[in-house]
Amino acid sequence: MMKYWARITRSNYRNIKEKSIEVFFSAISITALLILIGIFVFLFITGIQAFSETSPAEFFLGNDWNPSAYTTPRYGTLGLVTGTLMVTLGSLIIAIPLGIMSAVYLSEIASPKVREIVKPVIEMIASIPSVVLGLIGILFLSPLIAGIFGLSSGLNAFTSSIIVGIMVLPTIISISEDVLTSLPQEFREASLALGATRWQMIKMTLLPAALSGIIASIMLGLGRAVGETMAVLMVAGNSRAMPRSFFDPIRPMTANIAIEIKEVVKGSLHYEALFAIGLVLFVMTFLVNFISDIIIERQVGRFKW
Amino acid sequence: MVKLEKNNVKVEFRGVNFCYNEEQILFNVDFKVPSNRITALIGPSGCGKSTLIRCINRMNEVIPMSRMDGQVLYNKENIYDKHVDVVELRRRIGMVFQKPNPFPMSIFDNVAYGLRLQNVKDKSMIRETVKESLVKADLWVEVKDRLDLSAFRLSGGQQQRLCIARALAVNPDVILLDEPCSALDPIATARIESLLKKLKKEETIVIVTHNMHQARRISDYTCYLFGGKIIEYSETEEIFNNPQNKLTKDYISGEFG
Repeated sequence: MMKYWARITRSNYRNIKEKSIEVFFSAISITALLILIGIFVFLFITGIQAFSETSPAEFFLGNDWNPSAYTTPRYGTLGLVTGTLMVTLGSLIIAIPLGIMSAVYLSEIASPKVREIVKPVIEMIASIPSVVLGLIGILFLSPLIAGIFGLSSGLNAFTSSIIVGIMVLPTIISISEDVLTSLPQEFREASLALGATRWQMIKMTLLPAALSGIIASIMLGLGRAVGETMAVLMVAGNSRAMPRSFFDPIRPMTANIAIEIKEVVKGSLHYEALFAIGLVLFVMTFLVNFISDIIIERQVGRFKW
Repeated sequence: MVKLEKNNVKVEFRGVNFCYNEEQILFNVDFKVPSNRITALIGPSGCGKSTLIRCINRMNEVIPMSRMDGQVLYNKENIYDKHVDVVELRRRIGMVFQKPNPFPMSIFDNVAYGLRLQNVKDKSMIRETVKESLVKADLWVEVKDRLDLSAFRLSGGQQQRLCIARALAVNPDVILLDEPCSALDPIATARIESLLKKLKKEETIVIVTHNMHQARRISDYTCYLFGGKIIEYSETEEIFNNPQNKLTKDYISGEFG
């Protein structure tokens, strides 16, 4: 009897190996966490200093951004924030209906063959570098928009919304399609067996059941739209004036940082103010991702019997 | 074989063959379902009983790569005829599945689903029908105070009765049940069985079961399927007490299956 007991005792060597693998992997994941915290601390420390010389009221509510003014430099970000919100909103208005309809088509209507071809193609849109989309925006889309609406320049919030909308589309389609496809087949059968048409099945059963997943896909797209820099920098027109309509040029927060950061003196108020904008952006995208994580978690485990 | 008077036949199979993916599942099935009776389909796994029951409400069409020929008559009309509206057909022939499959909605909305499909807008009528269906499905007493609760919060047996209530709400003529108790415990099963016996006054019931004892307890007619063919079909008492075919005998005596 004793000798069998001896055999299943763990050897020292294996013990050490197991432990070191454990330590290695936890070290890596802790590093990722530390990097995130480090970025936040860096942004926070630099950005918060801006408020020693400019008031939060001016920073958040003022709509005049003019840090290099000769007499009194202005640090109001409302115009920039408005620009970001316009592009985000505009791109989602374009991408949400198109994205959901495409996802429904791919998951419920398209034949398996069509799906196999179309889905990877759509996902490939996500891998187009944003500078390439920006080029298409400048060279092709903006003259077209200017021509259609009789504008002097096609570089405005509307054009940027279309370009960013295209960038957001694959995220929404791909995740929504995954959510729809992963719904239990039982929902479809139960619905059809009660005498639902295919459209009724989609509208009354599948879309409500997939809703939280679809919302999560929109939130992820939103995060991308808020943070997008290169493409909007190229097509937004970059005017610092407060936009009044979607056909006005805008300067979103990201583009503003990218444009001005190379010209500022390190440690100046202007420099700190740009970091403060970065901090606001960070908080915005972080919140969006955080909320979508919660929603996704709720979706998983909803359909357990 | 069962002899039925003509006007008592609710559903009739005439020479039905069914293939899925080049593999033949049903072979030349002739089969008559009597009105207002419980007809049980028994047989080992893979014998084609689920496929057969799904021919009655054309649910097999949902599966790609399937092919069927022959006729299935419902009220003397071939349901595979071109002019038949499959949506209308499925409203008359309800179905309850093996795994309880409520929608991710409240109890009330689950039962009201079929009515809403038919664009019923009258709220008091929907409320009435939901109550009536839940009463018929023997679930009303348990859920009447929590109709807004998610259907997923109910137990398995309650969920299955909810699915029966959902099917009853559209006032079907025939109810198909595909192994409705296979995921349930004996007590939940007993409740559903007594419920079905009550329901046959108003509905024609076809039930697939792999549980011979269940077939014997509740059905009026029993059909034994094996390898996609009907081996024996007669009154339940007859088939269990005096099986004519050796295959049937082996199966019900438990020597096989």
